[in-house]
Amino acid sequence: MAARNKRVGVLAIQGAVDKHLAILEGLGVEATRVLGEADLVGLDGLIIPGGESTTISKGLSRLGLWEPIRAYARSGGAILGTCAGAILLARACENHPVATLELLDLKAIRNAYGTQVDSFVAPCDSGGEPKLAGMQCVFIRAPQVGELGPDVEVLLRVDGLPVLVRQGRLLAATFHPELAGDPRVHALLLAD
Amino acid sequence: MAKSTNGNGDARRGAETFELKIGLAEMLKGGVIMDVTDVDQAKVAEDAGACAVMALERVPADIRRDGGVARMSAVDMIEGIQRSVSIPVMAKVRIGHIAEARVLEALGVDFIDESEVLTPADDENHIAKHDFKSPFVCGARNLGEALRRVGEGAAMIRTKGEAGSGNIVEAVRHLRSVCGEIRGIQALRADELMAHAKNLQAPYELVRFVHENGRLPVPNFAAGGIATPADAALCRELGAEAIFVGSGIFKSDDPPARARAIVRANTHWEDPAEVVACCRGLANAMEGIEMSTLSENERLANRGW
Repeated sequence: MAARNKRVGVLAIQGAVDKHLAILEGLGVEATRVLGEADLVGLDGLIIPGGESTTISKGLSRLGLWEPIRAYARSGGAILGTCAGAILLARACENHPVATLELLDLKAIRNAYGTQVDSFVAPCDSGGEPKLAGMQCVFIRAPQVGELGPDVEVLLRVDGLPVLVRQGRLLAATFHPELAGDPRVHALLLAD
Repeated sequence: MAKSTNGNGDARRGAETFELKIGLAEMLKGGVIMDVTDVDQAKVAEDAGACAVMALERVPADIRRDGGVARMSAVDMIEGIQRSVSIPVMAKVRIGHIAEARVLEALGVDFIDESEVLTPADDENHIAKHDFKSPFVCGARNLGEALRRVGEGAAMIRTKGEAGSGNIVEAVRHLRSVCGEIRGIQALRADELMAHAKNLQAPYELVRFVHENGRLPVPNFAAGGIATPADAALCRELGAEAIFVGSGIFKSDDPPARARAIVRANTHWEDPAEVVACCRGLANAMEGIEMSTLSENERLANRGW
């Protein structure tokens, strides 16, 4: 498998860290937890998991990790942000402002579908990235993304709205591929 | 909303789906859920990095002091907190109080705690939790109790500990009990599981799940008596995947600093140097209660079964 001999870090401040580690291990990747700048060295990919974006954002400030992660991305490092992770990759938030990495040219709309009673699972629309056809998307207090810049490519949609986007080596999913146990989005992160 | 299709027949499913309820519990892992009684406290909690708040009228230490019947919080207070923070908002219902739970569901509360901290409405039956769109968390003292609650539909288990005591000993007892019993089940032969389920008074299928997976079917959090950063680290060491802090923050002498310290210790529980840094410069913790001074009927953990 192409993923062999690769090392991927999961930001471990708070959130669904274990589920990402399990998917990565299933792909045959060495998976590590990231809690400091030194943990970023030599990574082939970084995952910013779902969880609470305010909690993770405050953790990034406390740990002084904003600039090291930006530098990692500028040097060509691949990043996948899921749900809260997608919010943290965004240029800005349209509501409930929270500090972000400002790496991805779009705005995040937090809790865009409502509270937990509005959470849902839905299949992706047809016509998206062929490698991800038929993906079941798990949305939990999910954000939406808007004001996409010209370099942002939409890979998957649900109900016509973008739910997985790519800009260079950055991927952002508003849903949780790690919860459905489907490794295809993670595999995309590792594709060169 | 228009029904989407991918041509292979997978249907859209809503929040009543058990995996979505567990999914939110997964998102709360590694976090601190803080009891708050008003909008100002909710903002302190959010600013400190809490991953959720529990909206209630009185923290457990005050419920214990005041006595009387403790009920679901006022709707206006819950709504005020929902408007003031962007993190998930939880609230408590009395054990077995189906109608209070329907009210919280209608309010769009993110997690319902069917809690022994409030005065039970039903001394025999807990709520049938699969019937709701809102996920539920329930307290447990041991594995049998935890699996009965999961069987009823709880999407998260927390230790009961002894709420409002500022004393970690009961949470430790309950964590060691749940996690130790899980290890015991893993060591059994498959043909011993039914007899074990009978002894635990727990659903057989869930006992089998524990045997095969070495964990509860839902996330396992700690609550009840956590008052210091080291208490948080201790709970994580013993197997809790996240923690609830009730009276421990807003009954201490400097709630914002203590809240930040407990959040930090909860992230870095494996690193003693970090926990030291969390403890440095903190004002006094809440006063605690020695367990032997509480009679059996003063112990909140004895509510529910």
